[in-house]
Amino acid sequence: MPDVELQGVRKVYAGGVVAIEGLDLKIEDGELLALLGPSGCGKSTLLRLCAGLETLTAGDIRIGGRVVNGLEPGERDIAMVFQNYALYPHMTVRQNLAYGLKNRRTPGPEIDRRIAEAARILQIEELLDRQPRQLSGGQRQRVAMGRAIVREPQVFLYDEPLSNLDAKLRAHARLELKKLQQTLGTTSLYVTHDQVEAMTMADRLVVMNAGVAQQVGRPMEVYARPETAFVAGFIGSPAMNFTAGTLGADRRSVALAGTTVALGTMVQGEAGSAVTLGIRPEHLLPTRADGQDAIGVLEVALVEPLGADLLVHGRLFDETETSTVRLPGSADARRGDVIPLAVNPADLHVFDAASGRRLHTIDEDRKAAA
Amino acid sequence: MIERTPILDVLTHVLLVLCIALVLLPVYLAFVAATLPVGAVNSAPMPWLPGDQLFANLATAWQREDLGRQLFNSMVMASGIAFGKISISILSAFAITYFNFPFRKTAFALIFVSLMLPVEVRIVPTYEVTANALTPFIWLIETVTGGMVDIRLRWNLLNTYEGLILPLIASATATFLFRQFFMTIPDELAEAAKIDSATPLRFFFDILLPLSRTNIAALAVIMFIFGWNQYLWPLLVTTEENMNTIVIGLNRMMPSMDAIPEWNVVMAGALIALTPPVLVILFLQRWFLKGLVDSEK
Ligand SMILES: Nc1ncnc2c1ncn2[C@@H]1O[C@H](COP(=O)(O)OP(=O)(O)OP(=O)(O)O)[C@@H](O)[C@H]1O
Ligand SMILES: [Mg+2]
Repeated sequence: MPDVELQGVRKVYAGGVVAIEGLDLKIEDGELLALLGPSGCGKSTLLRLCAGLETLTAGDIRIGGRVVNGLEPGERDIAMVFQNYALYPHMTVRQNLAYGLKNRRTPGPEIDRRIAEAARILQIEELLDRQPRQLSGGQRQRVAMGRAIVREPQVFLYDEPLSNLDAKLRAHARLELKKLQQTLGTTSLYVTHDQVEAMTMADRLVVMNAGVAQQVGRPMEVYARPETAFVAGFIGSPAMNFTAGTLGADRRSVALAGTTVALGTMVQGEAGSAVTLGIRPEHLLPTRADGQDAIGVLEVALVEPLGADLLVHGRLFDETETSTVRLPGSADARRGDVIPLAVNPADLHVFDAASGRRLHTIDEDRKAAA
Repeated sequence: MIERTPILDVLTHVLLVLCIALVLLPVYLAFVAATLPVGAVNSAPMPWLPGDQLFANLATAWQREDLGRQLFNSMVMASGIAFGKISISILSAFAITYFNFPFRKTAFALIFVSLMLPVEVRIVPTYEVTANALTPFIWLIETVTGGMVDIRLRWNLLNTYEGLILPLIASATATFLFRQFFMTIPDELAEAAKIDSATPLRFFFDILLPLSRTNIAALAVIMFIFGWNQYLWPLLVTTEENMNTIVIGLNRMMPSMDAIPEWNVVMAGALIALTPPVLVILFLQRWFLKGLVDSEK
């Protein structure tokens, strides 16, 4: 299986909309790379550039080392799964699967073999003679997958392939797709705006915002060490709590409105500069009222019981903004309660307020250098 | 909006029956007239019940004008027009919707403007071109060379099927309808076909054409009847009797001042003339309704 390399890729649409702002990216051989980002950030555009459905404004795309910029979609040896599946409505499932192969003059027996194989893997054998409108949403999704698989392409491109399924089916299809990916080992680019999907399926993920790749990394890496405030806020649910503050003179603490939070280690950045302190809801831990480690007190304003978890919203650090804390489902909290909270200094994230970039700790820097 | 109240039900049915009667009454009268002997048909008031002369009248009508030949001519003309209109307009709609070429909008605008130029409006120049289909080229060459060259070329389309059909086969309406239909087909379908290595023509024949079949059927019915009903144009371009269409033949049957007004024979001719369009509708009506009511998903 080949890799896919994007170099200085830029896309400006006819109306002057800059959809991709100069992007370098490499999808390694056999990996599934997830593209994650809010609506309109350019995910589909990037995918369509790889497919050849849009033309590049600048840059190069290589598939297996071959520059494909000028090639038609049909010549790129890729397969794409569309969000609305785009099955040919007047053809049976079998004809849908066979169509691309016929156009490429694949011999008949080979077509039959591949369809049988794909139908077996996807368990759509009984559906082969039906038309798309006689299928349920989940079945259509599998047929769309089948149409990609029979091509035996070098690269799979997925544009939100599961977003038309209901929540339960989506969770199921997610697992199926992951299993399939492990079996086939085809290099894949997977666009989604669902972070759970991205986190669970991806070998690596790219978080995009406004046409720029904010961070590329393994899912847990991105979760544990977001490089920008945007990524920190985007990955993780419920979203990270942010508080404005000032970096202390020793660069080992952040002064907030009411208190000072110790960082444990020294971070980069300028002493006294404006920073944003980020703490994930799951990292805020209830502590004893007189606890030495308490960093603040949450006044409970709203409680959301989710079963396994209890989300508590309220004011922390005497701020105007509300913060969220994730407590175990068995916890007891009511409106008006005050909960003293502690946090492990290693779970604190500090971002430069102006640029939004992460202020690395000295340890992280040393590790990165090594 | 669906409402279920008995009064409304009765009212709508009464209205429906009235309208049907209104539409069918002239047809019924034509039928009755075609079954009567010549004396009865000219008595006033004309009888309301059919007589027994139907087959005699049909036979007379058939012999008086060369109706067999004329039916055939009308058939060729109407099918040619329907086929031509659909082929040309679906291809132009395909080009306009799926390709981005220079002056695409201009091309569409021109097609749209041609709605204002039915054959009746442009009948003189159209006749001139039909009389010699090379007229535009001769004009072009003579203009370009500043009249230095004098060309005598002739390609006469008068009294030919081409002459009957070609001037009528461009259809802005059908182009527009196909374009509207194509625009409802999701872009992803064309993109999926591209990824499936389909050339534009393969996409057209394998996907677009099968998806358009209800629209094609509906338009075929409309266009066939349009072609069948043509009167002015065939009257102009056919001077030889064996090229006459049945509508013209029917007109020639009309009683003249000094002859006995044999309306029974004329009506028998009319019955013959309206049979083919009725058959076409009966044959295609399932598709026709589908195409008009819902574009199949
Ligand atoms: N054909 C087009 N012409 C002009 N602008 C476009 C076109 N397609 C997309 N855009 C713009 O490019 C930007 C990126 O669009 P894109 O479809 O890639 O977003 P996306 O990340 O896939 O969003 P979503 O999650 O909603 O699908 C948007 O601002 C969009 O308005
Ligand atoms: Mg998109």
